[in-house]
Amino acid sequence: MHDIAQAASNFINLDTINIVYLFLVGFVGGLVSGFIGSGGAFVLTPAMMSMGVPGLVAVASNMCHKFPKALIGSIKRAKYGQVDVKLGIVLGISAEAGVLYGAHIQEGIKKSFGEAGSNLYVSAAFVVILAIVGGFVLLDAWKTKKSGNTNAEEKVTKLARWVQSVNIPGTMVYFKSLNAKVSVLFTIPLGFATGMLAATIAVGGFVGVPSMIYVLGAPSLMASATELVIAFVMGLGGSFKFAMSGLVDIRLAMIILAGSLFGIQLGAIGTTYVKPYMIKMVMGVIMVIVLFSRGLMVPVYMSQLGLIQEISESSAKLMKGVSFGIMIFALALGAFIVLKAMWQGRREQRLAAQEAFEHVK
Amino acid sequence: MSESKVRKKPIGKMLFMGVISTALYAALLMKQDFLNEVFGKGGVYAFLPIITAFVFSFIHGSFTGDFWTVMGIEAAKKKKEVK
Repeated sequence: MHDIAQAASNFINLDTINIVYLFLVGFVGGLVSGFIGSGGAFVLTPAMMSMGVPGLVAVASNMCHKFPKALIGSIKRAKYGQVDVKLGIVLGISAEAGVLYGAHIQEGIKKSFGEAGSNLYVSAAFVVILAIVGGFVLLDAWKTKKSGNTNAEEKVTKLARWVQSVNIPGTMVYFKSLNAKVSVLFTIPLGFATGMLAATIAVGGFVGVPSMIYVLGAPSLMASATELVIAFVMGLGGSFKFAMSGLVDIRLAMIILAGSLFGIQLGAIGTTYVKPYMIKMVMGVIMVIVLFSRGLMVPVYMSQLGLIQEISESSAKLMKGVSFGIMIFALALGAFIVLKAMWQGRREQRLAAQEAFEHVK
Repeated sequence: MSESKVRKKPIGKMLFMGVISTALYAALLMKQDFLNEVFGKGGVYAFLPIITAFVFSFIHGSFTGDFWTVMGIEAAKKKKEVK
């Protein structure tokens, strides 16, 4: 009886505003992840927490909406020939190991340095990784746009060419997205890093997708679609682990799923209208904006740990609000770029069809 | 262009899945206390949220997919995917 009462206290009362809010954030998150393979979690988890949901329940419920969403998204994108199931499963399994290890590190940090220490670690990881990877992805997308060569086939990076050239007998696996054999000794650490990041900042795709593109040599469209398979494998395992402890609030997960399934279908359709560099552009833009959002919180946690001068409670609250606002802005801007690119693509296709029709006439 | 006009839109299927999906969500919201109690037990009950997620994703996913098709929003037709 006591257990039930305790578990029930983990679950908040839901009113109509909360339901609509979760549905909408779910929709926008789904739209972005249908397009770039991940995203949304970095807004959804804090959004749930701001409603009074305990942190772990928010993480667990987010994960329980993520795997069915990723499943539907990957099925849809597989229909467009964009998914490399084998690469997704191979990376997904090693990502699962990364999640477990990442969660273990998190627990250790929380034990030694408390809640603020854990928050500081998460924010610092966000800032460092997003600055390096996000900056690189955005720069690459920007260069492609500037070159005016947006229709050209994506070039495989030097690093990826080297990775594909290394032959370690007994470990080589053929992946259709790379059209080459690659040693699993390269894919395992990449999957592991994706999982560790997923356990730390909830968005493994921020490492998963760029590593498939730049380290393994997969085209952007296939990398972002394959990320959905990784998210499914990782999310399924993670959800089960959390559900074993009774932490999944199925109502929250399913309401977010209601919105995100509308979004993910639309995002997946969107990928068929855009040029590949747009995947990198959306991802880079979101990563760099989220970086500022998390960076803003670093001094707050540092002051809580006594590493710098104390920041007043009202200032800390303000910074937290601004940080959350920037994150919502990042997601909304990502969604806007996706919708705009899709609208333009549809218009171009309509015009081309019209032209062809008139030409025949 | 003519292809999309000839092909029938899946309105019947969309409505059917939409009704089931709505019923599932109505049940979810009406039985909140019961669900919280049972799904929050943990242990072997962990299968319940996982199965629920699969069922909802199948029904609601099919509905949302058909929804966009009926709305006329479909994948680009001629675009060749990168090999």
